[in-house]
Amino acid sequence: MIRAALIGLGKMGLSHLSIVNAHPDVELAAVCDTSDYVLDVVSKYAGLKTFNDYRRMLSTETFDAVFVATPSRFHAEIVKLALDADLHVFCEKPFCLDAAESLRLAEIAEREQLVNQVGYHYRFVGVFHELKQLIDRKVLGRLHHIRVEAYGPVVLRPKGGTWRTKKNEGGGCLWDYACHGIDLANYLVGAPRSVGGAVTNRLFSQDVEDEVYASFYYDGGLTGQVAANWSDESYRKMSVKISVWGENGKAVADRQEMQIYIRDNKGLPFEQGWNTRYTTDLTAPVWYYLRGEEYSAQIDAFVQAIKASRTDTRSTFRSAAETSMVVSAIARGASGDRVAVDPGRIEVYRPEPRQGLWQAIRQFGSAGSR
Amino acid sequence: MERILFGDNQFFGVNHMSEERARAQAMKFQKLEAIIEVLDAAYGEGIRAFMCTTHERIAEVCEHVRAHPERYTGFVFYPCMPYAHKYANAVTEQGLLGALKSFLPEQGALGAVLQGGMSVARKDADALARMLIDAEMKMFHGLQTPVVFMQNVLTDLLLGAGMVDSFRVFADHVAARYGAEPGFITMNVPMLLDALQRCGVDNPIVCANINKIGFRMCGGKEVYEKTIAERRFRPVAMSVFASGAIGAREAIEYVCRQDKIEAVVFGASSRGNIRATRMLIEEFWPPRARTDAAAAAS
Repeated sequence: MIRAALIGLGKMGLSHLSIVNAHPDVELAAVCDTSDYVLDVVSKYAGLKTFNDYRRMLSTETFDAVFVATPSRFHAEIVKLALDADLHVFCEKPFCLDAAESLRLAEIAEREQLVNQVGYHYRFVGVFHELKQLIDRKVLGRLHHIRVEAYGPVVLRPKGGTWRTKKNEGGGCLWDYACHGIDLANYLVGAPRSVGGAVTNRLFSQDVEDEVYASFYYDGGLTGQVAANWSDESYRKMSVKISVWGENGKAVADRQEMQIYIRDNKGLPFEQGWNTRYTTDLTAPVWYYLRGEEYSAQIDAFVQAIKASRTDTRSTFRSAAETSMVVSAIARGASGDRVAVDPGRIEVYRPEPRQGLWQAIRQFGSAGSR
Repeated sequence: MERILFGDNQFFGVNHMSEERARAQAMKFQKLEAIIEVLDAAYGEGIRAFMCTTHERIAEVCEHVRAHPERYTGFVFYPCMPYAHKYANAVTEQGLLGALKSFLPEQGALGAVLQGGMSVARKDADALARMLIDAEMKMFHGLQTPVVFMQNVLTDLLLGAGMVDSFRVFADHVAARYGAEPGFITMNVPMLLDALQRCGVDNPIVCANINKIGFRMCGGKEVYEKTIAERRFRPVAMSVFASGAIGAREAIEYVCRQDKIEAVVFGASSRGNIRATRMLIEEFWPPRARTDAAAAAS
């Protein structure tokens, strides 16, 4: 039995509370939050031991693992404390807001052989995982473009005041929404070398952006684009879509289905032309379902990794750190130079890689202990 | 309980198979008239129960039915609450407390409790739950709601968290205040039955995915079949077509072969599809279970 603690009982924390508590291999030994009324409810109705100070919880109780689901700005400090206490750590996305800090924590976890995972649950969506297999097996041939889109109805009015609307606390569409798409693109094709054409717009929010657009430049000529808008009322809930184009066809995938166009199907288990794969065929069953198999599957993957002493989870601190780097590059790029269009003589503009992302990753990597 | 229940996913762009299809449906049912037309078709086919979420647009449907009682004799609503995205989006935007406040009447004791920063739990979380139920039920005033369901995301959240006494609070309140039977929608039937037994909800109505490919049936198809056959509860089958992954005939045959299933809920967007499904159900359901709908339609 794995003794676990959960820190943070907001929207994601409550979801984790339920899934973790329902896992047959986990004993949820304590939960922590700053809100007394939430703690009262959890203590009275779920019978769980509660704390309002995570330092006190981690110093007075013994655990094997901790789940961190606080607002993003607290992640770095709590994760560091948990790693120092020799605990396996599952941290909500977007991990740390500072990419360098993210990498340092990844290195500590790797050095100490602690299981480390970040809650980028789209990596556990059956359809997206299948797309990953397809790309890795080169079914689409050499890829030349990837596009990832994330839309949903989060901020639809010029009001509201949680940490998600505060720039310095990891709020905004970029850190809260676009990061999912960026992480998914990284999962599928690796992190880009550089970022360009970054645009962030405010629609309703005072302090943060509500939509994000940017281009990615990868090694080997692959390019990509991300588009994210959390103020799109036409969507019922968050919707993520990935399109990839390769020399042998293309694939368009969302949570429900994947449509694949194959030019030459020689030796491939696909029809020439269009193929469709549905979530009902691609989704592995879970032991307990709350709100999508992926949320349960990611928790189970973390638990199984602990049991097997394996640190190579599908969404590691290191991969989340790379995602944070891309996010940071977009944030920096959005305030950068633009090229004026002279109506008299419009010329073709060839973007130069502006943000040395890969260089930054190498730099942080070599600054560490290894 | 009615045997054939008409569902509402198709009206709100919910489709577990295709976002394109979901959007096409959302566009088709943008106007209330389009929803009413399909509901009328279902009524014309003898279907008398509408199992619906407490989506704000359902309030318009309720208004319509209240305004035309002569056209909807014997028509009942099975509300399913809460419509989770409404709450989830509000929590993201306003935080937990802000969201709670926005869904409750501004006046009254609760506002004072929340504003005073006092502990809701110590004072009365049960009372808070009852107020939220009443807020969700408001749109159905004057209509018949013989069964009131707790939506699966809430049922399963409470189930996982081990807050099983809340099921009792829900069951007692819908029975006492609305004279309704409590129902629970879940993706985790065996686990839920244990919990309901523990908190003393006897022979519960439980609505869950029951389909031939085992889609979203936690524990697996065989466990479900055994549970349905052996345990004391009143199963309602939903997602019988697994969002279109199973052919209609095969799907209905699988569900109807399990005697203890008391009702089937399905959604459709045209009279043709409603009729085809109704006829399949009547064909495969054992005689004793044959639906009242057949009699009403003839």
